[in-house]
Amino acid sequence: MLRFLLQRLIVAAAVALTVSVITFVLSHVAIDPAVAVAPDSATDADIAAIRAQYGFDRPLPVQYLGYLGDIVTLDLGTSYLTGEPVAGMIAERVPTTALLAVFSILFALALAIPLGVLAASFPNTMIDRLCLLLAVAGQAIPNFWAGLILILIFGVNLQWLPISGSSSLAHFVLPTIALGTFAMPALMRLTRAGMLDVLASDFVRTHRAMGLAPAAILFRWGLSNALLPVISLTAVQFGFMLGGSIIIESVFAIHGVGYLAWQSFSRADMPVIQAIVLLVSLAYIVLTLAADLINAWMDPRIRSAA
Amino acid sequence: MSVPAAQVRRPARWRAALTHKSLVIGGGVVLLIAIAAILAPVLTPFDPAQPDIANRLKSPFWMADTVPGHYLGTDQLGRDYLTRLLYGARISLVIGLVAVAISATIGITLGLVAGYFGGKVDAVIGFVITTRLSMPLVLIALAVVAIAGGSLTTVTLVIGLLIWDQFAVVTRTATQQARSADYVRAAEAMGCSLPHILAREILPNIMPAVIVVATVELANAILLEAALSFLGLGVQAPLPSWGLMLSEGKNFMFFDPWLITLPGLCLVTLTMAINLMGDGLRDALRSGRR
Amino acid sequence: MSALTLLDVDNLCVTLPTASGPLSAVRGVSLSLRRGETLGIVGESGCGKSMTALSLLNLLPSGAKATMSRYAFDGETVTGRGKRGIRNLRGNRIGMIFQEPMTALNPVFPIGSQLTAVYRRHKGGSEAAARERAVMLLERVGISNAAARLAQFPHQLSGGLRQRVMIAMALMCEPSLIIADEPTTALDVTIQMQILKLLADIKTAFGTGLILITHDLGVVSHVADKIAVMYAGEVVETGRTAEILAAPRHPYTVGLLGSLPDPSRTAPGAPLATIPGTVPSLIDPPDACAFADRCARVLPRCTAAAPALRQDGPGRSIRCVNPEPAAWVA
Repeated sequence: MLRFLLQRLIVAAAVALTVSVITFVLSHVAIDPAVAVAPDSATDADIAAIRAQYGFDRPLPVQYLGYLGDIVTLDLGTSYLTGEPVAGMIAERVPTTALLAVFSILFALALAIPLGVLAASFPNTMIDRLCLLLAVAGQAIPNFWAGLILILIFGVNLQWLPISGSSSLAHFVLPTIALGTFAMPALMRLTRAGMLDVLASDFVRTHRAMGLAPAAILFRWGLSNALLPVISLTAVQFGFMLGGSIIIESVFAIHGVGYLAWQSFSRADMPVIQAIVLLVSLAYIVLTLAADLINAWMDPRIRSAA
Repeated sequence: MSVPAAQVRRPARWRAALTHKSLVIGGGVVLLIAIAAILAPVLTPFDPAQPDIANRLKSPFWMADTVPGHYLGTDQLGRDYLTRLLYGARISLVIGLVAVAISATIGITLGLVAGYFGGKVDAVIGFVITTRLSMPLVLIALAVVAIAGGSLTTVTLVIGLLIWDQFAVVTRTATQQARSADYVRAAEAMGCSLPHILAREILPNIMPAVIVVATVELANAILLEAALSFLGLGVQAPLPSWGLMLSEGKNFMFFDPWLITLPGLCLVTLTMAINLMGDGLRDALRSGRR
Repeated sequence: MSALTLLDVDNLCVTLPTASGPLSAVRGVSLSLRRGETLGIVGESGCGKSMTALSLLNLLPSGAKATMSRYAFDGETVTGRGKRGIRNLRGNRIGMIFQEPMTALNPVFPIGSQLTAVYRRHKGGSEAAARERAVMLLERVGISNAAARLAQFPHQLSGGLRQRVMIAMALMCEPSLIIADEPTTALDVTIQMQILKLLADIKTAFGTGLILITHDLGVVSHVADKIAVMYAGEVVETGRTAEILAAPRHPYTVGLLGSLPDPSRTAPGAPLATIPGTVPSLIDPPDACAFADRCARVLPRCTAAAPALRQDGPGRSIRCVNPEPAAWVA
């Protein structure tokens, strides 16, 4: 167990370093940062001065080490556009995005698990096919379009829910549905596959032979086994939510990290862009690591192999 | 995803595949859209980029305020919407297919090399795959497009360079299994060169798995292009990308909702058909093995 | 049916769906068992003995269909709209033990909660009371340090221990019948004997009826009061264990006994006798004796019509028109 943990940690750290190299290349090599920082009216001499002032004239490895040092001390640079520190801009928007992602993943799970169990309980019937169709549809519907259609139906026609902003919980309903629908199919398919295996297993036959209640066999004794892989996929999908939030936040004008990212992309505000890419990637890495650990901890077979 | 070590090439499998309903329906719809996209200039007399301000925001045939000839109405610049949807299918399909071709080439090469050599080579490629998987697709694509500037070529390249991971994973697993199969050992024993073994012996046998991944990634690529264009960082106006049309239409959606429902429906129909086709292929190839 | 009758099943048929049509896995099996009695069902794999056992608790694999003309347990009819009836029997009045102790327990729950769930489902009561009973039974089936074992997971126990846990689970609600489907097949030889002794001991101590399903005549010979030999979905011979072992009448039973390693009959190092040929397909079975193709005593009329199970002395039946002479001795 300890060995496994250590191995995962080393890989995760190596991946994180690689990602930081990529974001460094994006922000320091792919574009000339001095030109980006300089005002439009700057002369070549001004740019050369900026280059020297910010240290952009140092060798790239040295610049990278400096960049790494900045990241570790949470200095993510300042926005070209507003001049604000990037770390602060992101930090004040993280709660909104985190809230949206949590709501969305809960919504996705609340749909995916019962539907997956239902489909597995009646394999190859109409019910199963209907669930499968739902999954195929969920995968095929782009979430920004789902967002627009939800706005049209519930915001404009029925006028039940607000369509932009994030000032109340009601504002989160439509974005949650739009974003959650996107994560639902994969979770549902995995739940279904897991439950199919479980329901055909010897131990479920034992539970049935012992006369345990069918609902308890399904949801307590069976689902506990089928959920192990679903939990790790949930962590991964949660990472996708963070990435997907850029689209949904721009559709619903929710001022979270995704919205900030969209604004920065449109205006090529490189320090903000590279910081968001770096942070979301790090969140991915941590989440994947967490998924592995949760899985190992949840599964008594792995846990006791410590 | 597991693939049996030895699969023989059997044309009968493809004939049997036609009995799978989702494959026939999905494949049929995809084919229909592809034909419509190819025949776009024949099917419609309009130019997708030609504005006609006098006839802007006219409604489709089932509503009031229509103009003869514009069956699905016109957009905010008076361009024929049916024409733009047809040409939009071209963009979706071309970007999707080219991006998948690029990503398949990268992914299959990496997977073959990793699976065949194993050991350190495999570890390095495995690390590359892990790194790729830990980078958010949309964000990376957007970042690159933001630097390089949005255009049809950039978007296609970026998508193609990003979505190779599943190809690599599937090919690697399949190659690992195929490597130990008798026919590959036999080819090695007969002194066949490595590229020959990879290309002639292993590749055809991992094709079924790769084809299934290709359908999934095709749908992914089309959705990703639409998302990038929707955010204004993909295909640029006046090209009629469905994502871009959604982005332009959303400013008028409260009064002319069909501006967003129609391109969205096109997008959903195409990706759903591709996914259905993929599901059907998966079943067909699986049952074909038994 | 006397008041002592515990189980009475008449004309049980099971069909399984297959790619080439429905397979008649069990063809008209009748069983009866008195309280505290042990019945051994013997036959090679595929003869329908497990399907017979599973259909008694309605545990057949999905798609399989079972019909019977009578199913009475403890004097009450379970047939008709019997689904609810069978659910009430499961784990409560009939305990079941399976072949594979490695997979028959839920891997993600400690054995304690798996045991107490059975008791609380049928008898209610507190978790503490159920735990107390679980500890008592674990000790009774020979598991030391039982209270601490409750917190352990199946993978932490050996195969023999898991089978003991299964037996304890089957006993949780004091059932009047235990069905054991090949309970020792998956275990080491030394453990097999221990488990068999335990089962024999338990059924005597608790007065429980036992149906022991096995391919191994040697196993039943130690434990069973009576034996039903099954072949190709049918009972071909049934009677008291001692009588059948001493004087088997059906040629298949003779063959089964002949393939049993017995030091008193076989010279050391001599090859074991085997029955030549294979079991006929049970998809659309022929109207003939199913054993005719492999039988050394086959007569023309064996293939003309399927022989019926007929009375052959008190408590003894055979399905054969040309059985071994009654005085057959090796």
